[in-house]
Amino acid sequence: MIEQILNDLVLSPAWYYTAARGLTVIVILMSIAAYSVLLERKASAWIQGRVGPNRTNHPLIAWIPFFGNVLMRGGFIQPAADGLKFLFKEDALPGHVRKTFYILAPCIALAPALISLVMLPFGELPSGQIITLCPGADIGVLFMFAISSLGVYGIALAGWAANSKYPFLGAIRGSAQLISYELAMGLSVLTVFLATATPDQNNALSLVSMVKAQTGAWNILYHPVAALIFLICVFAEANRHPFDMPESETDLVGGFHTEYGAFKFGLFFVAEYSHMVIGSSLFILMFLGGWHILPWLPTVGTGIFATLLGLGSFFLKLAAFLFFFVWVRWTVPRFRYDQVMRIGWRVLLPIAVVNLLVYFIWYAVKG
Amino acid sequence: MAIKIVERRPLSFAEKTYLPQIIAGLKVTWDNLVKPPVTLQYPDERPVIPAGYRGVPTLVRDPHGREKCVSCQLCEFVCPPKAIRITPGEILETADNNHVEKAPKEFEINMLRCIYCGLCQEVCPEEAIWLQGQYSMTGKTREEMVNNKEKLYELGGTLPDSHYKWDKKKAEAERQQHGHH
Repeated sequence: MIEQILNDLVLSPAWYYTAARGLTVIVILMSIAAYSVLLERKASAWIQGRVGPNRTNHPLIAWIPFFGNVLMRGGFIQPAADGLKFLFKEDALPGHVRKTFYILAPCIALAPALISLVMLPFGELPSGQIITLCPGADIGVLFMFAISSLGVYGIALAGWAANSKYPFLGAIRGSAQLISYELAMGLSVLTVFLATATPDQNNALSLVSMVKAQTGAWNILYHPVAALIFLICVFAEANRHPFDMPESETDLVGGFHTEYGAFKFGLFFVAEYSHMVIGSSLFILMFLGGWHILPWLPTVGTGIFATLLGLGSFFLKLAAFLFFFVWVRWTVPRFRYDQVMRIGWRVLLPIAVVNLLVYFIWYAVKG
Repeated sequence: MAIKIVERRPLSFAEKTYLPQIIAGLKVTWDNLVKPPVTLQYPDERPVIPAGYRGVPTLVRDPHGREKCVSCQLCEFVCPPKAIRITPGEILETADNNHVEKAPKEFEINMLRCIYCGLCQEVCPEEAIWLQGQYSMTGKTREEMVNNKEKLYELGGTLPDSHYKWDKKKAEAERQQHGHH
């Protein structure tokens, strides 16, 4: 039996195929996260009238005649330098922390982000197969919500394990904020699924069928209120400005990661940006037509060309959305904690409920 | 004092949603984003130094190439952080300007002590010491940060002179000498 398992696991080509796909997606996510850090630094510099990172270079890249200089000016080697810095710094372990959980917390923060990736569809092959890690799963969005919300456990655990006041406050804020915005988020998504899923449909909660339902108009045109609520909630769930309550450098000196440094802090960093990537991907898949190019124009061309164009369209939308995250961050000041709670419970939740009811009645009357 | 009561207008519905304000803010940041940067790429690009800038103190020569300092040591006395050290010297008998009598043999300004107050320039009766456009002094050792006479003249160069005080004195002396004959 063990031989059988070994055969299945190690020797079967399907396993290698899956591992290779998994690695590819992780590498893509990691590099997107790294380069959104660069985007953050560059965009913030531009908004503030600065230039941003433009000095980092590597001799091998500097050697390329014209392109090397462009890469340096654009700061394209900066993420590597940032990552290496985190990797080679002294990994200090403060004496007053709860050690096991202190070390565990960054991993718990990052793991859900990576796990929820398996459900993300990126595009469609000419054969009709979906480019995703876990094809055929019909609970896509449910799984995404269930897993990606676990990310806050990392924050809560970090705040508690750090055994110090500011991280603790940050962790409490993070948990409260997640609970508050999860409700409105779920209700806004429900509205959309109410519209796209038919009662006898097999894979009603699948993100793929959600994208396929948007070959005509994109959902954002039919569900603008739901899209707005979802957008605000994505900002809140990803702990981004103006909802970066768990971190809020000014009043909590960094919040949950105050006591963290070196690579453990780097993991939190990557986790935050991964949540941004996943939140934006969800928004694109549910409201912006996924890999469809324009409303009423799902594909252009045929075969592999159409696939590549679809993938390009998805990643272009993702890049635009990540830029939007950054743009908002350098525009809007942080909400106060009570304002965050008020927006969540007294504004977004009622609007989401009314929105759901209106669509519910509309579909009931329409039949 | 007259009291002016400002009318507090209640927020409109659009303002209460906060969204128009966010969109207006996004427009502001976008306008800033497309503007060219206002920063200077410092080591590559240097700032334009305005005339009259008070940077590193230097020694200057007059347009005839004569060193103006007569080694009176007033700057050394006035210098609050005691950054200046002068070793006075005689001018050679054979020299053209030997009527000036004295010139510094050595002139040192310790830039680790200097506070750029400009008192030396103000006190100098010969207009020989000037704070000029040099603004960045660097060095790897303490010795490098002490400007000696050679360095000070190199930094100072030549400044225009409107008096030619010593030339006039020489001419006056010669005239009087001729008068006695």
